[in-house]
Order: sequence, then structure tokens, then C-alpha cells
Amino acid sequence: MQPPRVSIQTEDFDLSVEVAALRRGDAGVGAVATFVGTVRDRSDCGGVSRMELEHYPGMTERSIEAMIDTAHERFDIRAARIIHRVGLLEPQEQIVMVAVTSAHRAQAFEACQYLMDYLKTQAPFWKKEHTPEGARWVDARVCDDEALKLWGIVAGNAAS
Amino acid sequence: MRITVRYFASLREALGPGQTLELRETTTVGGLRDQLIASSATHAGALARQRALRVAVKQTLADEAQVIDDHAEVAFFPPVTGG
Repeated sequence: MQPPRVSIQTEDFDLSVEVAALRRGDAGVGAVATFVGTVRDRSDCGGVSRMELEHYPGMTERSIEAMIDTAHERFDIRAARIIHRVGLLEPQEQIVMVAVTSAHRAQAFEACQYLMDYLKTQAPFWKKEHTPEGARWVDARVCDDEALKLWGIVAGNAAS
Repeated sequence: MRITVRYFASLREALGPGQTLELRETTTVGGLRDQLIASSATHAGALARQRALRVAVKQTLADEAQVIDDHAEVAFFPPVTGG
């Protein structure tokens, strides 16, 4: 059975289990590219003791499904899977995983980066940093919009 | 017509999770934002025009010109910061 393409969950994930499930039964796969984002213990504004992630249930899943559809249109890939955690996370914990399979490496690398750039600026998640000085919502970064612009997509997330 | 308004992240903290609204006539996202701004000082502060906000109608990103259908869910939230 094919694994779901998108999971939003509080629990952790196992990259090797996810990759094995994604490429199982597909002998046309010659490349797997993955990205894992993790919680840092610091930000531009100082130390971070915990990270809280909020999302918009329903819209989040739909928007990521749509992103994976566009990745299949743009790149010659076999399959893609995205897991994003929500709730309270400690430094060093995993936040997000993007895994892409393809016949050759270039398309897997590119699609993985595309999906991550897209997710950063289009999927409804919000990070709140808990610090010894109090909690603060993370600001959107203009450089993330710029990253998506390289794919020909105008995001207008941080700027608008 | 009746619509559901939802707020997320810093807007949810300021305004609560949202509300059901009866509207006398069809309006746009921008028109709804104006009505909400006029409804209280708290709304005026949280939804002020100089603040960068994003809006989704029926769980799809929308702009201020978009017309809101009856029974639509309209969500206001700050720029997204996932990943």
C-alpha cells in the first residue's frame, strides 16, 4: 500500500522507515533526496528553549497536496512525501521531512528543494519561539520569498 | 448570508479562534476586513492595513478583491513561518 503523501502530526518520524516505504515496490527509482529540518537552540534574537508550531487543519494538508501535484508537473519524479510536526518541540527535535524519489539524482534534488521552498512560504504553519525572556512569534523572512522566486513563483508572504 | 471567520497564530491570540458572522450583503475580503476593523478597537489593531496579513477563503489563499460566497470560511493570519 502506498503511504500517504502528507502527514501533519505531533509525533516524531523515522527518516529511514519513511524512505523505505516511499520507494518500496518501485524498481524505477534510482535516486532518493531527503531534507530534514530540526529545531535550533538559538535564533537571530537569542536563545530558544522550545518551539511551538501551529497550523490550519485542513488547509495545511490541502496546500501541501497541491504543492506535491505541482512538483510532479515540474519534475520527473516517482513519488514524494512530506511530514510536518506541530505542537511543542524541544531543540534538536525534527520538525519537517521532505523525501522525493526519481530515476536520476538531479530531479530528486531539485524537487526536494522546490517543495521545501514552497512549503516555507505557502503552507499555513506558524512558529512561536519560547525563550527565557518570553515567547515571540517568528517573523516571515523575505529571503524565503526570494528562494521561491527563483522557481518563477511570486510568493509575497513576508512582504505583503 | 452567513460566513465563518477564523484567526490563527498572533491574530488568534488577539481576537480568539473566530466567529460566525451574518452579513447583510455580499462583500469582498477587503470589505470584510473593513467591517471587522470597524467592529472593535482590538480588531482595528490586529487587522490594521499596515500589518502584513494573509487571507484564505475556503482554505485557499485569496486577495482582498475576492468575493466571499455564502457559507464560506474566511481565515486571517500572519505571514506563514513553517518548515
